[in-house]
Amino acid sequence: MTGGLSWNIVTDFREIWQYAFMRQAYEAGTIVAVLAGIIGYFVVLRRTAFAAHALGHVGFSGAAAAVVFSVNPVYGLLVFTMAGGGGMALLGRKAATRDIEIGTVLAFMMGLGLIFLSLYKGYATEAYSILFGDIEGVTVSGVYLTLEGAIVVLVVLAMIYRPLLFSSLDEDVAEAKGLPLLALNVVFMLLLAVAISFAVQVVGVLLVFALTVTPAATAVRITKRPLYAIPASVAIALVAIWAGLFIAWWPPYSQYPPSFFIVTISFGAYMLVRVGSSLADRFGHRAAPSVDANPGPMSVPKSSP
Amino acid sequence: MPGAPGEPAIRARGVEVGYRGTVVWHDATFEVEKGEFVAVIGPNGAGKTTLFRLLLGLQRPLRGSLEVFGAPPRRGSPRIGYVPQRHTIDNDTHVAADVLVRLGISGTHLGPEIAFRAARKATLEALAAVGATELGSKPLGSMSGGELQRVFLAEAIGGRPEMLLLDEPLSNLDMRRTRELVELVHGLVQSRHVTTLLVAHDINPLIECLDRVIYIANGRVANGPPEEVLTSASLSELYGVPVEVLHDSRGNIVIVGGENPHERADA
Repeated sequence: MTGGLSWNIVTDFREIWQYAFMRQAYEAGTIVAVLAGIIGYFVVLRRTAFAAHALGHVGFSGAAAAVVFSVNPVYGLLVFTMAGGGGMALLGRKAATRDIEIGTVLAFMMGLGLIFLSLYKGYATEAYSILFGDIEGVTVSGVYLTLEGAIVVLVVLAMIYRPLLFSSLDEDVAEAKGLPLLALNVVFMLLLAVAISFAVQVVGVLLVFALTVTPAATAVRITKRPLYAIPASVAIALVAIWAGLFIAWWPPYSQYPPSFFIVTISFGAYMLVRVGSSLADRFGHRAAPSVDANPGPMSVPKSSP
Repeated sequence: MPGAPGEPAIRARGVEVGYRGTVVWHDATFEVEKGEFVAVIGPNGAGKTTLFRLLLGLQRPLRGSLEVFGAPPRRGSPRIGYVPQRHTIDNDTHVAADVLVRLGISGTHLGPEIAFRAARKATLEALAAVGATELGSKPLGSMSGGELQRVFLAEAIGGRPEMLLLDEPLSNLDMRRTRELVELVHGLVQSRHVTTLLVAHDINPLIECLDRVIYIANGRVANGPPEEVLTSASLSELYGVPVEVLHDSRGNIVIVGGENPHERADA
């Protein structure tokens, strides 16, 4: 932290990026923003936000186990979240019954985590970084691992994009059309598990919701087309991570963890759009007639004779 | 693929259906001709949706033979369009209607959409065919029941199916919207010659346009033209208890007496 904030964005970023750990933070953050922003759209559409939240917690026990066995926590996260996600998907097929099954798996995985925690002494910083993220601690090999994971997830998602969207929006018709709902659900939960595992590096298991759900929940209120909402979701996650890292670099804010700023920006965007869209609804309805009133064979006054 | 001319759209011979240990209905023998508009009527839980599951190939008959267009039903057949009773859509579905209609056309394909022009054209045609062109960009979550039913219908007809299965499309509509939707479906049956089965709990809004009624009750299936099936004699025989079919001055039908068939389910 040599120069201090110059208010020239190019100079400021040049200064920040002198440091390898900050370059790696921005690289990992960018990959995670793309990954979480895209997968988050399907999380919102499929109403699996609780699963995303639960997977973060399941990941905690995985990361704890990895630390006990002196393995990179990301591997522990990946193994546990994928096992948990796959298990959830196999147990609960219909959306309405998922909550209970997710809770069931979650409780069991938390129990496992407790065992590892009891074996795990004197690693307070390690535990803290899993819980709240340590984006500035991502190594070069960590960046590569994140990139590889992201490429796999994005290639699979590009392949199953339409069937996944179809089964998310209209499950019964998709099933009648021959789509394998169970397989799609399993694949989706595995992709979500990978995305969560990498997002945990940035914001930690407790705040992972802010990257995997909040940006997408914001984006669907901005645009009703998936092909616009997905990039919007990515953009919100990107802004949150880039700006969060940026703010947390300069004094006096450098004493605070970047996770806080990332989560706050993500939340701020959500609140802005919620308030904005409810205002637009209120005034929009007064200004323009609703589509119900448009001409068409079905449009007749609502009151029956 | 298309079967012989004059071959029925549906042919059921002694079909029995059920789930492990429970028979829903049995000994169903009937045919539905191509291009017919058929109402599937009966009390709740009688197995109307089960009939659709059979036709869609989501469930197999326990006994008997069932053919759709001359072959056993197969899940994923592009020849059948389906509007289920339940949908995943609610107020929080911030997705434009034409996205759903388009998924009904190309939603099962893997990879990026290469024939996107054709899919877009088919989407617009399907929306236009149900008079919902102006609904295409409206979010599903903010639609009324009548609007949603038109969008679901567009989703079902987008792939130009030869058979439509509509499960309770009229259940949440007021009388006027009900009549409009019936007219719309009837128009599609006539203009596209699409065999259509519509599950309803009230026959009256449909009675003028129907070719056939499939009446499921008491574990049995009656079938035929409305004037044959909807008589006191035929329904009494079906239910196994005296049932009376009453007509009012405007041709509306009231069925009295068959409301609780489960008491005699083993009759």
